[in-house]
Amino acid sequence: MNSRDLSFAERLYIFEAFKGLWLTSRHFFGNMKRHILRQLGFRHIGRGAVTFQYPEERRQLSTRYRSRHRLTKRHDGSPRCVACMMCETACPARCIYIVAGEHPDPNIEKYPIRFDIDLGVCVFCGFCVEACPEDAIRMDTGIIEIAAYSRKEMIYHIEDLLQ
Amino acid sequence: MITLSIELAKVLMLLGGVMTLAAILTWMERKQSAIMQDRIGANRASILGFRAYGLFQILADSIKMFVKEDFSPQTEHRFLHTLAPFLSGFFALIGFAAIPFGNTVPLFGYDVRLQIIDLNVGILYIFAAMSLGVYGVVLAGWTSNNNYAFLGGMRGSSQMFSYEITIGATILGILMIFESMSLQTIVQKQGELIWGFIPKWGIVVQPLGCLLFLVAGIAETKRVPFDLPEGESEIIGYFVEYSSMKFGVFMLTDFIETALIAALVTTLFFGGWQVPYLMSDGFILPGGFHVPLGMLTVSILQVSAYCLKVVILCWFLLLVRWTLPRFRYDQLMRLGWKMVFPLSMINLLLTGLVVLWVAQ
Repeated sequence: MNSRDLSFAERLYIFEAFKGLWLTSRHFFGNMKRHILRQLGFRHIGRGAVTFQYPEERRQLSTRYRSRHRLTKRHDGSPRCVACMMCETACPARCIYIVAGEHPDPNIEKYPIRFDIDLGVCVFCGFCVEACPEDAIRMDTGIIEIAAYSRKEMIYHIEDLLQ
Repeated sequence: MITLSIELAKVLMLLGGVMTLAAILTWMERKQSAIMQDRIGANRASILGFRAYGLFQILADSIKMFVKEDFSPQTEHRFLHTLAPFLSGFFALIGFAAIPFGNTVPLFGYDVRLQIIDLNVGILYIFAAMSLGVYGVVLAGWTSNNNYAFLGGMRGSSQMFSYEITIGATILGILMIFESMSLQTIVQKQGELIWGFIPKWGIVVQPLGCLLFLVAGIAETKRVPFDLPEGESEIIGYFVEYSSMKFGVFMLTDFIETALIAALVTTLFFGGWQVPYLMSDGFILPGGFHVPLGMLTVSILQVSAYCLKVVILCWFLLLVRWTLPRFRYDQLMRLGWKMVFPLSMINLLLTGLVVLWVAQ
């Protein structure tokens, strides 16, 4: 980047200071006008702030946003997961733990007895979703509030993930 | 007895007014900065579901300040350490005593002077009080037993000394023009008109002086962009070792000083309680129109005009605070000694020449 020397007027500082004050006061009066008009019932006037008042007012999540994982189901309600361990292998944070069991249907080899994701460790990279050959794990629940009082509660089991 | 109670009532009224203004300024600062930056600002504190645009935040903050742990550092100057914030607050508050907030009003058969004391050296008194405020800063830095706080106190005191000289030099022009040091007299003389239609306000006769006084005043009260003594976020200032309400008093002092500077600028440069063309018996407009008003109405108008001017100036000071970035320390000193001080001297010289020329 080229930096140029300040001109004399700029070095005097006072004019630049007033320019800055003019800019901020323009924002102040513009926003104030919008706030007051909206309070008076002119709803079509644009908002005076860009703030989303979070718990009451939620922001539209992007469709590609990676939120909490879920396991998809077959038509009969059983998990689509075949316990191939691809996601467990792909996971850079090593937060997935799967125990495979033999499936009664001979067309499907295995199914997960346990499928745990430690969300306290998960980095939400989405590699598990990419790795899955069965489209069995997705990150499209839109759940972004994941909090718990202990680390143990941060581990989500197969029952939680199937819902 | 009645005179005494009138004086007491005035003191209580002013004290209450100033403390309320300082408290409201904390709210104003948050909300104004938010609106300037396209945000909403603190609005969550509620009582029974009422939020009152975040006004209850003041209450929540003060409750928080009072119930927090009051941690004191290991220092052999425990008494002075505790004294420092209250010294700061005290000297900021007593400055208001000499500021007139209205003309003399006849009330219940008494002539009530709307000013605590009409000193004939009012300006000197206020500057003396402001200078003594440096004791709070120095004591806080020195007794904290912390090198960061100590350096902050040193920065603060040298900054305040430097700008005190400037602040004194900038008002000399005003003193020359109005030929008085009593603030009440200065305000009364600002009610005169130049060429019959321009109010003889300080800003009209001393525009440069007003600007320099504002700069020096902001520096003197250690507000952004001159908040190097505090510089809480990176360079750490003199009240780093203060917690709970002791810190709260320092913060409140900051706002009281803002209000004091606003009140002083109003008094010296924006006509104090004067409303343009409002004489003691009503409006007398330049065209010869006369709108007669009662004595009490005029007084109420004047006092509310004064309050309005102070609030607008507080708004302006907050605007400056939330617009300009902080100076470096050498820039601060260069601005003070090499620019503002010589300019105030030039201003003084020019004012002297003009006063002489007008007098001839």
